[in-house]
Amino acid sequence: MPLDSPAPIAPYPRHGSNSGQPLTRRDGELKVTGRATYAADNHPADLLYAVTAVSSIARGRVTALDVAAAKAHPGVVEVFTPANRPPLAHDPDVKLGMFGFRIEVLQDDGVRYVNQPIALVVAETLEAAVEGAALLNQQYEAQPARTGLDDGERYAPAAVGVGAPAHTAYGDLDAGFAAADQIVETDITTPAQFHNAMEPHSVVAQWDGDDHLTLDMGNQALVMSRDAYAVYFGIPAQNVLIRSPFLGGGFGSKAILNGPQILAILAARQLKRPVKLALSRAQMYGPVGHRGRTWQRLRLGLDGEGRITALHHQSTAATSSFEDFLEPAASASLHAYASPAILAETQGLRLDTGTPGPMRAPGEASGSAALEVAIDAAADACGMDPLEFRLLNYAETEPGTGRPYSSKALRECYSEGAKRFGWAGRPLQPRQMRDENGMLVGWGMGTALFPCPHFPAEARATLRADGTALVETAGVDMGQGAWTALAQIAAEALGLDPEQVEFRSGVSDLPDAGVAGGSGHTASAGLALHNAGEDAIARLAELAGADPASPLFGAGNIGVVARAGRLHRRDDEGRSESYADILARTGKSMVVGTGRMARDDAAAQAWAMYSNGAVFAEVKVDPDLGVVRVTRLVGAFAAGRIINPRLVRSQYYGGMIWGLSFALHEAAQTDRRTGRIMNADLSEYRVPVNADVPSVEAILVPEEDRYVNPLGIKGVGEIGVTGTVGAIANAVRHATGVRVSRFPIRIEDLL
Amino acid sequence: MNRFDYIRPASAAEAFAEAARPGSAYLAAGTNLLDLMKGGAARPDRLVDISRLPGLDRIETLADGGVRIGALVRNADLAYDAGIQRRFPAVSEALLSGASPQLRNAATLGGNLLQRTRCPYFYDVASACNRRTPGSGCDALHGENRLHAVLGWSEHCIATHPSDLCVPLVGLDAVVELEGPGGAREVQLEALHCLPGATPERETVLAPGELIVAVRLPPQGAGLAAHSRYLKVRERTSFAFAVVSAFAGLELDGGTIRTARVALGGVAARPWRARTAEAALEGAPASPDSFARAAEIALADAHPSGENGFKIALARRLIVRALKDALAGTPEAPAALPASPFAPHPGADHAA
Ligand SMILES: Cc1cc2nc3c(=O)[nH]c(=O)nc-3n(C[C@H](O)[C@H](O)[C@H](O)COP(=O)(O)OP(=O)(O)OC[C@H]3O[C@@H](n4cnc5c(N)ncnc54)[C@H](O)[C@@H]3O)c2cc1C
Ligand code: SF4
Repeated sequence: MPLDSPAPIAPYPRHGSNSGQPLTRRDGELKVTGRATYAADNHPADLLYAVTAVSSIARGRVTALDVAAAKAHPGVVEVFTPANRPPLAHDPDVKLGMFGFRIEVLQDDGVRYVNQPIALVVAETLEAAVEGAALLNQQYEAQPARTGLDDGERYAPAAVGVGAPAHTAYGDLDAGFAAADQIVETDITTPAQFHNAMEPHSVVAQWDGDDHLTLDMGNQALVMSRDAYAVYFGIPAQNVLIRSPFLGGGFGSKAILNGPQILAILAARQLKRPVKLALSRAQMYGPVGHRGRTWQRLRLGLDGEGRITALHHQSTAATSSFEDFLEPAASASLHAYASPAILAETQGLRLDTGTPGPMRAPGEASGSAALEVAIDAAADACGMDPLEFRLLNYAETEPGTGRPYSSKALRECYSEGAKRFGWAGRPLQPRQMRDENGMLVGWGMGTALFPCPHFPAEARATLRADGTALVETAGVDMGQGAWTALAQIAAEALGLDPEQVEFRSGVSDLPDAGVAGGSGHTASAGLALHNAGEDAIARLAELAGADPASPLFGAGNIGVVARAGRLHRRDDEGRSESYADILARTGKSMVVGTGRMARDDAAAQAWAMYSNGAVFAEVKVDPDLGVVRVTRLVGAFAAGRIINPRLVRSQYYGGMIWGLSFALHEAAQTDRRTGRIMNADLSEYRVPVNADVPSVEAILVPEEDRYVNPLGIKGVGEIGVTGTVGAIANAVRHATGVRVSRFPIRIEDLL
Repeated sequence: MNRFDYIRPASAAEAFAEAARPGSAYLAAGTNLLDLMKGGAARPDRLVDISRLPGLDRIETLADGGVRIGALVRNADLAYDAGIQRRFPAVSEALLSGASPQLRNAATLGGNLLQRTRCPYFYDVASACNRRTPGSGCDALHGENRLHAVLGWSEHCIATHPSDLCVPLVGLDAVVELEGPGGAREVQLEALHCLPGATPERETVLAPGELIVAVRLPPQGAGLAAHSRYLKVRERTSFAFAVVSAFAGLELDGGTIRTARVALGGVAARPWRARTAEAALEGAPASPDSFARAAEIALADAHPSGENGFKIALARRLIVRALKDALAGTPEAPAALPASPFAPHPGADHAA
């Protein structure tokens, strides 16, 4: 894809020797030469292959499985069904912790969704296991599948997303609508979408005896998952080792335990041999989460000048029949625009599907998609330019709470993005612009917004006798570049070059780096690493300061500066000593520092913290044929301090392309009679190809944040999706005059 | 996995003999057949691998000026053949609009003609499908069918034939050369694929064991070279099957149409030659009115088979566009985005 060449790196501050530098990925060479090992690349001796047989119905029960036929197939070693599934130490129908979901591990013969595991076949070869699963020839007693608004069961949920309130109100909504000159209503539906990480969920499970377990698996939450597996298998947490050096994408789907992987681990224990399981692409459409469908309605009250007087965002969100994860779409309206009254509320809808889960920008993506279309409709209704309308309704403080922002360079994002895009002079009316080939041209925009959650994290930093360092945390690199960015943060704290820092990560027996999710991994694990590095330096300084032979003797209260492998006296930088010399003279082989994610709780309460951005889209639409092409995407984002602009740009590009995918392509096509997903493959579950993304540009708007955390880092992983979906839909409206009410936008919507 | 025999015959005669036995299937590059086997939608007992049969991989110019293309010629080789690009440019454009470079490097001409429908219920063995399992029913009929047929379908099957290549080929009067246990014969490409009627499982007129050995393009088709176009509406800019596609070729006599060829893809179980539209065009002025009338006539018998009524309007508009583009003249060099309405001019900026 001819991405625009990166702009010069200059505009944002350099905070030290390493961060701010556009280093290439430290693991890049391993990846392009195929030497980076993913879970399924592991082949321990004596390996068995496991394959799940999955249900083809959405609801009912399994009445027969031809286990004898499967077992008779050459190479098949064992078939696990509800009749012989070994026991688990935890009831899978009981939620385990905040990120724990009820899961299907052959606890009974019930079927709750299509592609649910109903048996596990283990064999000497993958081929034998696949054929064994086919030979089971399962029979069902089927009940009608509930697949939509009309047959699903509606309910009032206790929470949306992961523990967020399902109903949040600020101000007096009725008064707000009463004060309005006009009310603009927008209805938007969003489909079920699947993460479709390139690397399918896979695991290689090995037991040492009955109580030591090693798992090679792609995992976004190493220590949390380790603890959960320990509970399921009734062994101490320290006896579980998860190795996850690389993930071929996670997007939220590899943070939560799933049935097929637990079954494979059980099989390995029972059969006393290592077992590998890798889901097929089609099998990923069920047991490993997805973005649930939503039906959203927004009502905006507007006064004569175009100010929002009331904002009501209502969403019906689908979940499974047995577990709750409701896409928190309505919450996207709580923090985006100023309004004296806001109500965000969600209704649950139970369908016969696998349980949805967090998928890149859960809630923010689908909520922003609807909100930004509603805002565009409101600007239209007021006869205002969409950017002017957004500026008029700019939130100077957090809506509802009135808290000040820890930083908010959104105005700069609007202006930088608009300038780069060439927004000025955009005609207000739709269908005004054509290109030289007669294609309709439209411009649209959206505001991007994402909160800054932090997760508990720990790290260790060891300064070694040769003056190099080892830093350790159980971090997760799912392609975003943690191997590089986290090492940069650690190196900076240690006053070393990244090449002098050995970074150990991706294994669960290292200090807990928390979840790689919520766009909070760099901030959380980075803070822990930073603090560990500073701790190691402090300990080293203590050694030197107490040593009469050191030029730093007595530096104690004055302090030292760590730079390029040496400690310097803060008051006299000419007096310095190298780390190696300090250690050698004091007879230490190393100094170990530890640190944890720590931020000022009072500050976290006092300030509202978000990453912000503005996305501008140009589309061309064939006036006769209804085909849409996004010819330009420009995003301008402000997300605090930028550790590695190259990696950050990639996150923004990926996020914006994801938004394009949401707007025009992605949707699971569920047969409404059977609940079967008819496009469970990468040919027909469409994501954009290079030719769909001729030009995407990300502007990094400088922003300094003194409150979000001591490093000033916000998140960049998900924000690019928000804003973009609406920007494209609004551009389509500007090109064609058609205001769409569903995603993805289809040809027939524009004919 | 399902056990099957794999046979690599040394000669065509040996190939027919093997393939005539029930449960056999020819294997060319396997880009379609192996996918179907992996999903269980095809379960042959015997694969007869024709990919190494000698002599089937040539493109020859015939004495009469026509072209004979061997059944094993790779899609990429055919697309980039200089003679094809010059004399039958729509064939090249159609090929390049399909699949991906990797697939085109592998896929063969014969396999492209005989590729199976992309109806998702045909692929999904848990669904009822008359084409896959005769008499089991058609789950597409009231299911997810926005991309299904609007012409020539029956209650028994509403699937479409997915090939791009076949659309210009059928418009260019291509002839398919067959050899089989019963000897050699020829059929018009237009008559190769069957409409479903009550027997959708009968997809082509091939007898058991019959092998496509070549496709012939008569020389007359080259007369359209200056005014021909293939256009494909698809849901992403590349690597997607057609929602609807159209081939239009014209021979002009001043402002009057002497010869017209119009064919549609993605609308029926066969590449759809719009002969009534051609008849309406021939002798008529090359004008938007004539094109619109031809488009009306071409879709006169169309009916939605489900939630796909939009394809009828779309097909009409696409015919008009393809005729307009053909009138404007064949692009001199292959378009940057083959068959896309977004890159009408050769060398047009990729970024549109
Ligand atoms: C991801 C993907 C995307 C694609 N996109 C497109 C697209 O956009 N447009 C498009 O037109 N096509 C597309 N295709 C289809 C592709 O063109 C076909 O798969 C390919 O042309 C088949 O050729 P093959 O040689 O691999 O055939 P095979 O898979 O080997 O065979 C296909 C069928 O033809 C039979 N067969 C093959 N050769 C002969 C012969 N000489 N005589 C008798 N029977 C024979 C086989 O028995 C089999 O039934 C796509 C395919 C894939 C996988
Ligand atoms: S449309 Fe044809 S191929 Fe599709 S399910 Fe019906 S019978 Fe099968």
